[in-house]
Amino acid sequence: MLNLLAVLQKERFKPRYYVAAATDNMSLQKARFFEDSLVDEAGIDVVGTAHFMQIYRSREVGQSYITSIGTTLIAIAHALWLMVRMQPQVILCNGPGTCIPLCAISFLLKVFGIRWSSVFYVESIARVKRLSLSGLLLYKLQLADQLFVQWPQLKSKYPRTNYVGRLM
Amino acid sequence: MSEVDHSMNSKRLVFVTVGTTCFDSLVRAVDTQEVKEALFRKGYTHLLIQMGRGSYIPTKSAREEGSVDVDYFTFSSSIAEYLKSASLVISHAGSGSIFETLQLKKPLIVVVNEDLMDNHQSELAEELAERKHLFCARPQTLYQTISEMDPESLTVYQPGDATPVAKFISRFLGFADD
Repeated sequence: MLNLLAVLQKERFKPRYYVAAATDNMSLQKARFFEDSLVDEAGIDVVGTAHFMQIYRSREVGQSYITSIGTTLIAIAHALWLMVRMQPQVILCNGPGTCIPLCAISFLLKVFGIRWSSVFYVESIARVKRLSLSGLLLYKLQLADQLFVQWPQLKSKYPRTNYVGRLM
Repeated sequence: MSEVDHSMNSKRLVFVTVGTTCFDSLVRAVDTQEVKEALFRKGYTHLLIQMGRGSYIPTKSAREEGSVDVDYFTFSSSIAEYLKSASLVISHAGSGSIFETLQLKKPLIVVVNEDLMDNHQSELAEELAERKHLFCARPQTLYQTISEMDPESLTVYQPGDATPVAKFISRFLGFADD
């Protein structure tokens, strides 16, 4: 994700909201570090401000699928709250399922005529032959505007994806 | 077979990493006499094992005749320095470990953990092995891979580029190209 943000023109994409799972400590730290380096280089007027938020996880690794239904509903409610606050025009996300509630809310809002966000999902570089569960959900339910994959085998298997080569 | 230099000055480190996982079968396999001797025959002098959450503890040993020096630790805040000083890296199949090592252009053997459920990680290791950027093995086949490998036969991995995606997104949103 940071590789992609590094080459996106920051002046066009601001302000930036970083949303990570509540139990993920490292990602927001890395994001803060990245943003600090941007400000150091170009100044905050150019690159814009950054905000860092946490979202409840729909499902922890290894959590039973039954209890996951309850936690997913909580995550969706939290996602709705965050979406209303941010009203993002662009959502850029990758696996794991942290992003699903946000993408689902974005889609539901569109159904009700509220077209706030274009949604871009980047599948993990570790996914060569099969999509992740998040990727598959977004693909089948057509919740994302564009789904990027990093290996050609995935493009063959899932024709509506976009093959963009490796990002790392 | 050409003379392999085992003088005290030329240290050739094999760094084994399991990341934050528990991968006892790899640590065990590396700690066997046959693997250590195979590494020695290939010209390596030191073996350093980052064992993560594993419960199997390898045996430390100072340089013995015909074998490598063995040391281990559990975790480190950053393994970058160890990777940089290694002549060979043996890693679990985590994508972070793999790409960090490939970017340093180090010879790499990726060992897939068969005890993991839903082992999609092996897809990445196998694909990169097919493209000749690394060697792929299982704990039981590690000895064979080490004995038969030729690190010179690996192709350097060219780092990826996120610019095409960035351009695509920009254009999709209606920004003009520059």
